[in-house]
Amino acid sequence: MGNKQTIFTDEQLDAYQDCTFFTRKEILRLHGRYHELAPHLVPMDYTNDPDCKLPLALIVNMPELKENPFRNRIVESFSEDGMGNLSFNEFVDMFSVLSETAPRELKAIYAFKIYDFNVDNYLCKEDLEKTLNRLTKEELTPEEVDLVCEKTIEEADLDGDNKLSFADFENMISRAPDFLSTFHIRI
Amino acid sequence: MEAMEVDSVFYTDRSGRVTSNPLLDQLPSYQSLLYRRKSSTGGTKRRSSTRARLSSSGSGKWGVNTVNRLEEKQKGQTEQRPIRELAKTMAEKRRDKTQRLVEARELSSWRQWRQSTRRNLRRLKDDAQEWLSSLQLWRGDIHLIEGMFGTGILSYFSFLRFLVMLNMIIFLLMFSFVMLPIIMAPYSSGNTTYNQNDGSICSVYPSSARRGLVIFHEHITDLLSGGGFLEQTYLFYGYYKVDKIHFPSITYNLPLAYLLATVAYLFLSLIWIVKRSATGFKRNLVQDEDRFQSFCNKIFAGWDFCITNENAARLKRSSLLYELKTDLEEERIKQKIKDRTRKEKCRIYVIRLILNLFVIAVLAGCFYSIYVATVFSQEAQMNNTKVNFIVDLINEYLPSIVITLANFITPLLFSVIINYEDYSPAFEIRFTLMRCVFMRLTSIGVLLFSLWSQITKCKEEPCVCGYNHVLYSCWETRVGQEMYKLTVFDFIIIVAVTIFVEFPRKLIVKYCECGLAKWWGQQEFAIPQNVLEIVYGQTICWIGTFYCPMLPAICTIKYFFIFYIKKVSLMNNCRPATRPFRASSSNFFFLGVLLIGLALACLPVIVSVAQINCSQACGPFVNYTTSWEVLPTTVAQLPDGVRTLLFALSSEAFAVSFFVFTCLAMFYVIALAGAHKRVINQLRDQLAMEGRDKRFLIQKLCQAQRLSAIKSPASKSQPRSSRSSPCYHTSFSNNFNEAVFLAHPPPDSSTHV
Repeated sequence: MGNKQTIFTDEQLDAYQDCTFFTRKEILRLHGRYHELAPHLVPMDYTNDPDCKLPLALIVNMPELKENPFRNRIVESFSEDGMGNLSFNEFVDMFSVLSETAPRELKAIYAFKIYDFNVDNYLCKEDLEKTLNRLTKEELTPEEVDLVCEKTIEEADLDGDNKLSFADFENMISRAPDFLSTFHIRI
Repeated sequence: MEAMEVDSVFYTDRSGRVTSNPLLDQLPSYQSLLYRRKSSTGGTKRRSSTRARLSSSGSGKWGVNTVNRLEEKQKGQTEQRPIRELAKTMAEKRRDKTQRLVEARELSSWRQWRQSTRRNLRRLKDDAQEWLSSLQLWRGDIHLIEGMFGTGILSYFSFLRFLVMLNMIIFLLMFSFVMLPIIMAPYSSGNTTYNQNDGSICSVYPSSARRGLVIFHEHITDLLSGGGFLEQTYLFYGYYKVDKIHFPSITYNLPLAYLLATVAYLFLSLIWIVKRSATGFKRNLVQDEDRFQSFCNKIFAGWDFCITNENAARLKRSSLLYELKTDLEEERIKQKIKDRTRKEKCRIYVIRLILNLFVIAVLAGCFYSIYVATVFSQEAQMNNTKVNFIVDLINEYLPSIVITLANFITPLLFSVIINYEDYSPAFEIRFTLMRCVFMRLTSIGVLLFSLWSQITKCKEEPCVCGYNHVLYSCWETRVGQEMYKLTVFDFIIIVAVTIFVEFPRKLIVKYCECGLAKWWGQQEFAIPQNVLEIVYGQTICWIGTFYCPMLPAICTIKYFFIFYIKKVSLMNNCRPATRPFRASSSNFFFLGVLLIGLALACLPVIVSVAQINCSQACGPFVNYTTSWEVLPTTVAQLPDGVRTLLFALSSEAFAVSFFVFTCLAMFYVIALAGAHKRVINQLRDQLAMEGRDKRFLIQKLCQAQRLSAIKSPASKSQPRSSRSSPCYHTSFSNNFNEAVFLAHPPPDSSTHV
């Protein structure tokens, strides 16, 4: 290309290319986006792997996530501390999983984590109710919510425990034709 | 059922949150998920490397063997998959990468080279894909539309882009094989021989050029109708009078090239569309699970994560709400249908029969009016009486006007009728759409049929030249002109409707407070109707390219402008439809309708190439009876071997055996698909049964553990339920002598990294 960038070393960019679904240019662009969220916090020079995390509130206000009803859960699922503070690695990871080229299996794993509000490795009725209320901003009557959650569990639950384990979820998602195109953020 | 009783498998801590059972956490199925959440008790991240653990857990033979096999399989699996597809943190992935590099150094140099080439190839492919997608037309615009309106409307615009590309390729095909040799001939010392006018009565071609002082508005009439000065240009079939071009090295047979280019573009369109629809079709055919998991699809795959606009988010929310309510309503209606009495069923069927007959009558009426309009228009053009500019133009465009009117009124009629037929909402939408598709595409067929009946109708039967040479000395050009007129009129209507209907509607709704404005409401971007519009245009293009070789170029330009017009209209005037149109099924729907259009377009082309005598006064096929005849004539001149081969390929024996072979292949594939479906169902049942087995076993384990805990309250046998160390129960075998522990105490630091 010609212009030498000094944000990352070549090995780092190499590693990012192998570990995510982005090209070098896109990773540099992502760094630019990360930096502009908090210019005084985020260093421009990442060659020595600085330990810098951005809080949930900053990330959730990005234009790509602002209108998403699950934005808090998305950021929490990719953060190591579970509180939503993302380092640059996690930031890139998040958008990599949500990119167009990520495979269905990988997206299904993270979708399960996102919808699992109480983090118990199961999608129980309360999780579904919370999901539904976020989606519709509580415009359904409680009976309708109840009915929809029941029907959802009825459709997807295979082992009969009245909640969805990851196996149930993955099996159901593999037959949802829209999942790949909707579970996708363009950045 | 076991699931109903109080769940003894899960402990709840004081806060009431359900924490996972440590035994469940040790199951291989959980390990494979590789959660990287810090467990609330342990505090160590799970590692993927199992080698270290294996070497130091020192378990019994049985344990080692199983874990060995398991680990080998896991290693094989993860090695095959690229690192970026694993669900781990970035730090772990990087560690994996360095580990793989270390492992790679241990391999032979051949393996190393193979791995690094594979990685480089993958990177190259990524870069190439990125470069290609940056070249894509309208990438930024489509990105914007996706953010504002979601993936349903996006699929319409990417469909439009696909048609622009298709038309451009078709034009390049026709241009390079038909027009380019003619243009190149003088520059590359080629000798062109033209078709001889043999002076018979059939080859009289009166010139239609205007003479004398030409009034300005006549130029406009010519431009809009393809007559006058446009008739004797490369635009139409009639101008291609070249027979052969003798280049220094080869002789270029233009009629053969013309015919083969026609076949080629139809074939190319078919292959490209089928390739594009392959994934959508597979999914729809094999996994039409939407009837079985419509609620799941809406909740988990319903929200479009691409939406960035506040308005669009609000609309998406309301459309999801609408969809859920419709689904609940559909459930209610299904119940109602089940509860229908016999008398009610009879009544419904009678109503449906009457309404369908009514629909057929309406369609027949429309088709008849198209026929009458075409005949009238042709006779008016033949009589050549110039009344005045406007009336002449109307006479020329009468078939187009009638078709457009019919296509405007019938969808409204259909959407009213379907309400009385009492189907389920999803079926209503599909059925109305099918009727509209049928109406649109058959109207072109009726137009062509009426043209054909005019062309082959002579005063004395049978026609001397095979067609009416008095009125239609060059009938292909006439058909080309009709197709040209249809295309131009279609474009004018789209522009006019946008400017004169949608913009005023927006202004009225925005500024006027009267009841009419509120009832009319803001314009909705109705995807199905828009798609039918452009498929209609594309069908005309496919039919017309044989008679008007430059029509694909005109269509490319037309679709290019339509993209911008529709985009502007969408941004300013429209709100997305309240009835959402899903991206996956919509792609399949678009390409399916396009295929129907292609099939319908092939029919007139085949009939006119093979059946109707080509005109003797113009065009490249003057020396042949029908256009198809050029092919057998050329084949007869080929050398012996090739000729025998071609005859063998077109003989009945070959055709029948090929047909039988295709049928066998199809039956095999259908049987295979059926077998797979059965296996899938069996596996699903097995999965359910395994889940139940697992819960039963764990319950028994917990019971046994509780019993043993009661029996020996010494601290040694206290279940260490708080340690959720990530080790397999490989050491389980050691505990058979003692009481059953819930979890093996974690081994020493060697496995704790």
